[in-house]
This record gives sequence, structure tokens and C-alpha cells, in this order.
Amino acid sequence: MRPAAVVGVGQTHHAAKRLDVSMAGLCREAIDRAMADAGVDWSDIDAVVLGKAPDLFEGVMMPELFLADALGAVGKPLLRVHTAGSVGGSTGNVAASLVQSGVHNRVLAVAFEKQSESNAMWALSVPTPFTMPVHAGAGGYFAPHVRSYIRRASAPEHIGAMVAAKDRRNGAKNPYAHLKQPDITVESVQASTMLWDPIRYDETCPSSDGACAVVISAEPTSGQAAWIRATAMRTEPTTFAGRDQVNPQAGQDAARALWKQAGITDPLSEVDAAEIYVPFSWFEPMWLENLGFTDIGQGWKLTEAGETEIGGRLPVNPSGGVLSSNPIGASGLLRFAEAAMQVMGTAGDHQVDGARVALGHAYGGGSQFFAMWVVGSEKP
Amino acid sequence: MTRPLSAPLDVGFDYTRSLGPTLGRFLSDLRRRKVTGIRGSDGRVHVPPLEYDPVTAERLSEFVDVTATGVVRGWSWIPEPLEGQPLDRPFAWALIQLDGADTSLLHAVDAGSPDQMSTGTRVRARWRDERVGAITDIECFEISDEPADPPVEAEAVTMVTTPVNLHYTHSASPTEDPFLRGLMEGRLIAQRCPVCEKVYFPPRPACPVDGVPTTDQIELSDRGTITTYCVVNVPFLGQRIPPPYVSAYVLLDGADIPFLHLLLGVAPEDVRMGMRVEAVWKPREEWGPTMQNIDHFRPSGEPDAPFDSYSQHL
Ligand SMILES: [Zn+2]
Repeated sequence: MRPAAVVGVGQTHHAAKRLDVSMAGLCREAIDRAMADAGVDWSDIDAVVLGKAPDLFEGVMMPELFLADALGAVGKPLLRVHTAGSVGGSTGNVAASLVQSGVHNRVLAVAFEKQSESNAMWALSVPTPFTMPVHAGAGGYFAPHVRSYIRRASAPEHIGAMVAAKDRRNGAKNPYAHLKQPDITVESVQASTMLWDPIRYDETCPSSDGACAVVISAEPTSGQAAWIRATAMRTEPTTFAGRDQVNPQAGQDAARALWKQAGITDPLSEVDAAEIYVPFSWFEPMWLENLGFTDIGQGWKLTEAGETEIGGRLPVNPSGGVLSSNPIGASGLLRFAEAAMQVMGTAGDHQVDGARVALGHAYGGGSQFFAMWVVGSEKP
Repeated sequence: MTRPLSAPLDVGFDYTRSLGPTLGRFLSDLRRRKVTGIRGSDGRVHVPPLEYDPVTAERLSEFVDVTATGVVRGWSWIPEPLEGQPLDRPFAWALIQLDGADTSLLHAVDAGSPDQMSTGTRVRARWRDERVGAITDIECFEISDEPADPPVEAEAVTMVTTPVNLHYTHSASPTEDPFLRGLMEGRLIAQRCPVCEKVYFPPRPACPVDGVPTTDQIELSDRGTITTYCVVNVPFLGQRIPPPYVSAYVLLDGADIPFLHLLLGVAPEDVRMGMRVEAVWKPREEWGPTMQNIDHFRPSGEPDAPFDSYSQHL
């Protein structure tokens, strides 16, 4: 496998409603920025990979078909990737594999969601005949598992609010973030409405329109490069007897494979920044454990000690993360791209000083799809 | 073998489309009884206009007026129109190259009979009286050599609504079928995997771990334990139960996997993980092949189950 690097990243200004652009225009806003960042034009791109979450979210079957010209894919291979909420991460990994394998020299990865064109909560709660209609979107799905985590880890109640306040403050440093709340506090989060007890309004990701794009290349094109040191993806069924919904096996397996491939034996010491898919605040400590940054039941202690703040031992979601911007299909690629920006030193006001190794992470479905990568400033 | 139970599943939503500068101009002009194309890098005029060039992928911006008259380049007769199609009587779908355009637009031709249609037939737009800024502002095309109605003034549009309605027939699997027929008799029928011996309720066609058919049928009682739960306080489109309500994972005694159901008869703040519950069935005359025969679960009054008895089901 030959080395590959992220050589350019771009994203939209995420917002609840980007009514000024079409889906094509939204994608191009991110693509044009990524290509300018990489210093490439269309003749330099060999293939395009598009990621987007369920088609029911916009009601467009096969968006890759009608977006082909906007994605510059005419005369080139175009692949659509779909792994629910983790799709942005899977899109990055598929694009990386096309370069690492030697099939293509430069690949454009794009992911988007235009949530304002529909209602994801409705789309995730379609009532199937013969079943009990207690479903309540993603929040209703994940809230019972958050409760299980709190019980199993004996975690204090304020941890979720701490994560939410940190990520929203970080989002205020990110010019592209949907939510910018520099003055948010743990107390104000705790005072917000309980939506899906134990998940509060301020502990919930927003619904965003947005897109992200990265250019992945076998060689640097403009001097900057985030070298892809490892990629991993794993899957498991949504439900089976004895399934651990708090600490899914697929996530553990993906992380183990990732650290091994990256040559990392102590992730907490060796990783300088992590962009982890945290759509509901409690998933920060849950995924810290699942990823092996801490022992089981100890993730919340890292959060409580402030170690996941910018300046802490492991800054988590310096960009503000999914809690600050959630164009679902793009959210995973945003994690991957923000990790790349950290090691390229281009993260601006939310830059982690001296970051040389960073994690990008995404999960999707009922915590059943996992995709992650490790990027570094040094060529492997 | 009897056919498995099936039921209609209708999915519908009024999606919106923010149009952006190019389609926004096109649809605003349709509202004005004008058709607008766009010139590509190779000089071709595309109708409908493309936002990005199919050759260079660059953004296009040179709008070109074309006429609402043109020529049929290809067609297909629709003898029995379907729901949502432009006309409710037989019509032709046609690729129509408008005068001044280099590409063809797909639209309906109200030709009366396929005998009237041929490649090369001249057509003109029949404009709808009430125009909203949509491709259906052209009600259809009609066979004619005459010009279409002249443009008028109208407000621009930036967004359209596109209702999507899908009608499915949802069929139960052969494994679910005895489970659903059992529910009609007030019985809870589970299946056990012959390899791992885990008991699935509702049953599955195959064990998700071992991949083998679950062949052993067993009947469970309607008592169980709440493993975990959430309180749904948020209203949302399509919701069937008014909030707040407790959505709880119920692990029936003897089952190895919990399922989601409604928990009532207890204040949300008094619900606990490990709480013992029993089913409250609807009146027998309301029973059908559905888990909704159990109206809800309620506390049974038994002492809570110890954490260790259900912790492996979280
Ligand atoms: Zn089994």
C-alpha cells in the first residue's frame, strides 16, 4: 500500500437552512474551497466519491446521478457511498483506498446533507406495520443507551452538560460552524429542555445544511499534507441477543485495527487531537472508552478533568464537532477533514498547538457502522 | 402454504427544494410564460439550464431566451396515466427540442392519439393559468405550428415544494408470520436459535450471530423487566403517541433480547432500570396481527430485578 495524503479540505458555512443554494451549489461551495486549498483543478482529479445519508432525508433517489456534472465527474469514475451517519467517514476511507491502492493518483471525496429540504426525525420514524410506534428519531433511539452508560459507568449527571458546553464554545472559534455559542455554560445546558430524558436540548446536535470535500493525493500538490497513517471500518447488526449497545464490538474492533495499523500503542499519549462523532453529548465519554483512549467506565473522568478541552491532554472536537454542525451525510467527513486541518496546522482559531497526529471518527445507524482514520504531519 | 401477512405502508412528505441561481431563474421565468436556457462552454444551449457545465464542470451563467415552441425528438405513448403524472388521459411523454435550444426537454404532449405523434412533430407549450414557478407551469405541450402565449410579469421564486408519496405493501417474513398470528390470539411466540440457544422475540428469519434459521418455537409470558428507557418529551411530525411518554426496552422473561414498547401507569420520574412490568392488552375485539395488541406495559409490583440479571442486555 503506497502513502496517500489529504492535500486540501473545504467546507460550507453550515446553517439550519441554506436556502441560497441548490444541493449542487452546496456541494460546490465545499469542493471549490477544497480544490483551491489543494491548488488543483478538474484535470488533476481522477475520480470522485460521494457520500450522503439515507435518500429519504431529501427524497432524492441516487443524488449522485443528478449531481454528476456539479461534482465534475463527467468522464471519470463516480462512486456513491452509504453507511448512514458514518457515511462521511466511509467516503474518506473509500477515497483514500483508491489512492493507496494505486488505482488513482488524486481523488475528490465529497459528502453533504441538506436537512432543510426534509425532516430527518420524520424520516427516521417511518411506522412499520405490525410494530409498536414508539420510535422518536435518533434522539429517542440513543437516549436509552446513554442511560445505560450513565448507570454502568456510575457517571455523574453533569458530564453530558460539560461536553455540550465545551463543544459549543469550540464551535464559536470555527468560522464554518452552524452554532456559535461562546457564552454557553454547564448551568445553561442543564437548564435547557429535557427532550429525550436523559438527553437535553443543548446536548443535542442541530439540524444543518452543509457539505465537506477533501482532495486525497499520492503526492503533495501545494506543500501541505495530512498523511493518512491508518484507516478502519467495521460493521455489526443493529440488534442481536447480548449486543453491547453502549460499547459496540464493531467500534472496539475498528479502533484496535486502526491503532495497530498506525503503529500507535498508547492512543491517549500519542494522539494530539481527536474529532469524534458526538451527536449527543454523552457519546464523548462513551466513544473515548470504545476507542481505547481510556479503560471501560473511565471515559467521563477524562472529560470531567477538562482533558478534552483545547489545551487538555486530548482535545476532542476542537472544531465544535457534530454538536455545533450536523449536516448528517457530511458530518463524518467533517471529522476527518478537521483532523487533517489539525496536523496541517490550518485550523485557525481552533488549532491545537503542535498537533502532529489526529483522529477522525464517525459512526452511524444504530451504532453499527464505524469508520475512522489517523492522519499525521509526517510522511509514513 | 398460506401467504405471509401483509399491510400497506404509505410514506409521503412534501419535500422542499431551494433552487439556487440557475433553476431559480428557470422556474421564475416559467411563471412568466418564458423558457430560459443556458449556454455551455461548447456553445450548446441547455434547456432546462444546467448549473454546472457538463464538459468543464465550471459554473454557467449566460442565460439564453428560447421559445416555448419546438419539435418532438422522441416519444412514448402512455395509454393509462399513473398517479402524479401531468395528464389524467392518455398522453405522450416526449423529448422536445425547443426552438433555440440544443438539448431536449422531457414533457407531456396532449396528442389525443398516438397516431398524431411522430418524430419531427411541431408542438407548443400550453401554459397553466395559475403558475407557481414549477415545471408544471407548462401544463403540457400540444401539437401546433402556432406560437405559444406571450410572456407576462410575475414574482420570482426561490423555492419549490415537491410532494413525494410512496405506497408499499409490507410483508411479514415467514418467521414473523406465526408470531403475528399468535398475537391475534393473545400469545407471545418467540424462536430459539439452535446454535447459541438465544431466544428472539420478536422472532427473526435467522439468528443474526450464527446465520442459521431459528427453528424452535417457544411461547413466552407477558411479564418482563425494563432494561433501559427514555422519556420522549419532543413532539415530531408523524408521531403516533402524544408526548410525554416512556419508550422502554422490555426484556420478556425467557427472552434474550429486549424490544421497545410503551410504559404507562407510572410517573416518568419513577421509572427505573430493572423495574418489573406486565402487559396491558387492548380489548380482545380490537386485536390484530400487531404488537399494538399490547396497549402498553405497566409496573407489576414485583421487586426490581437485580442489575446483573439484565446488564448483558444493555
Ligand atoms: Zn444463534
